[in-house]
Amino acid sequence: MSTETSLSLTDAEQGSSLWHDAWIRLSKNKMAVGGGCILLTFILVALLTPWIAPYSYETQNLDLGATPPSSAHWLGTDIFGRDVLTQIMYGGRVSLAVGFIATGVALIIGVTWGAVAGYVGGRIDAVMMRLVDILYALPFMIFIVLLMVIFGRNVLLLFLAIGAVEWLTMARIMRSQVQSLRQQEFVEAAVSLGLSPATIIRRHVIPNALGPIIVYTTLTIPSVMLLEAFLSFLGLGIQPPQTSWGLLISYGAETMEEYPWLLLFPGLALTITLFSLNFLGDGLRDALDVRGSKD
Amino acid sequence: MLRFMLIRILQALPVIFVVITATFFLVRSAPGGPFDQEKVVIPEVKKALEAQYKLDLPLHEQYFAYLGDLAQGDLGPSFKYPGRSVNEILFSGLPVTAELGFYALLIALCIGVTAGVFASLRPNTAQDYIPMSFAMIGICMPSFLLGPLLVLVFGIWLDWLPITGWGDIPGDKILPSITLGSAYAAYIARLSRAGMLEILSQDYIRTARAKGLPEWLVVTRHALRGGLIPVIAFLGPAFAGLLAGSFVVETIFQIPGLGRFYVQAAFNRDYTMILGTTVFLSTLIVFFNLVSDIAAAWLNPRLRAQFKGGSQ
Repeated sequence: MSTETSLSLTDAEQGSSLWHDAWIRLSKNKMAVGGGCILLTFILVALLTPWIAPYSYETQNLDLGATPPSSAHWLGTDIFGRDVLTQIMYGGRVSLAVGFIATGVALIIGVTWGAVAGYVGGRIDAVMMRLVDILYALPFMIFIVLLMVIFGRNVLLLFLAIGAVEWLTMARIMRSQVQSLRQQEFVEAAVSLGLSPATIIRRHVIPNALGPIIVYTTLTIPSVMLLEAFLSFLGLGIQPPQTSWGLLISYGAETMEEYPWLLLFPGLALTITLFSLNFLGDGLRDALDVRGSKD
Repeated sequence: MLRFMLIRILQALPVIFVVITATFFLVRSAPGGPFDQEKVVIPEVKKALEAQYKLDLPLHEQYFAYLGDLAQGDLGPSFKYPGRSVNEILFSGLPVTAELGFYALLIALCIGVTAGVFASLRPNTAQDYIPMSFAMIGICMPSFLLGPLLVLVFGIWLDWLPITGWGDIPGDKILPSITLGSAYAAYIARLSRAGMLEILSQDYIRTARAKGLPEWLVVTRHALRGGLIPVIAFLGPAFAGLLAGSFVVETIFQIPGLGRFYVQAAFNRDYTMILGTTVFLSTLIVFFNLVSDIAAAWLNPRLRAQFKGGSQ
């Protein structure tokens, strides 16, 4: 009898917290784990590219020209004799950076906006969410193209423009979370202890609303990366000498008849990354059980 | 219902106004005048040109003049192609893009709804997993990659279908429509599966089954109507996406539509053309969002009842 009690106690001590449970559920989802591993590998490769890339980024070999995959160039070379694997690695740095940084921008704006609106409530909330509704109805794709045309094609603007589009849904999710959390006893307790609203939001509200935010963030990254690739494909995004997967795909598409590998490999890199992120996001949604909280 | 429609229309108007104003001032604040690129322009000619395009007026007067022209449906002359108005260029591209979008949406709806409903009838079996895996591929395969791949396989290697143009050779409309529609087919499949799953677990479906209705009638007569509401609501945003997608698809397949004109105008820095196209496309998108919202509300008995109650 006594051993049983102590056993269950140690179980409890080892913490079957919400996060722990979610972690166990996630680790049982093979697709999500696979996606996560691939993603982690790609991120590591992107971070280490300057040291592990097989060739240097600028090296051209015009005599060599475009060659199919070989032992010297695993993924072949492009029309300037540049190593495709190296190009994809450097392009991946840019594509992933845009994905993560622009999503980060969206995350910061959206969470702050939604938390304030949901916590303060009343008229301020109404005005803030009305603004979100209006922005929602704007055709942003067209606006981003417009911004890139007018203010030149620079990467920083690209981050900001994409981030500025994607924060809207984040704000809505955060607001609905905060509204339901605000009614809870532990928030009332914090209020009665005299904590300031900013502290309550930071210490009590945001940590409890983390689940849906994590899930939505994971699913925003692929759509941001798609947006960047879309713009770069049209020639309105990343500009040479920098490169990105979208730009590589657009070069590849021009010469695919003679050199199909120039299209296939960058396309594969982008598709695999998007797959991984989507599987990871879906897995996280199931694991953290935030189904339906997107509305 | 009328009240709901009125509210939505009143909400849409300021959006269009914001778009017009923001676009106008953004375009005007762009560095460099439209005639700066020309090698050497005689000052008098430049002045005459600026007068013709009303660029010699103060900014706010230009703005009100533009609003006035817009109210009469006049988008002004093109900077890049003298003698052609933005209206002319837009209306030469509109039918092409509309047709392309229509086929793409048709493909998306037929394939998407069929696959989604099919998958929802036996969740977590092969009948569910196989179409949903394809949907996942469709979502992760961007149009600017799918398009060239289709061209490579069906146009070049197999040589089955033409790879450029629109309406010149029979069959040249197939690849662009598939390229544009596939991602939306995938989204619609996921939406209709989720919508159907939710509806199929409702009490009124159990009642329909209990009274002995054959399963296909339960699905077609009772479940579809509710289950497809998310799809109807998605059509508005999908339309915006289709327009943006047409930028890429029309560029890949060299189709003379609105999307291609917009991208060309962007490269040429044809500011009146950019301004006009943005205003035009934005208005279209806002309009279709409105229509799809109203349609979804009309199909949803709960929403309908809510607004009936509100107006009484």
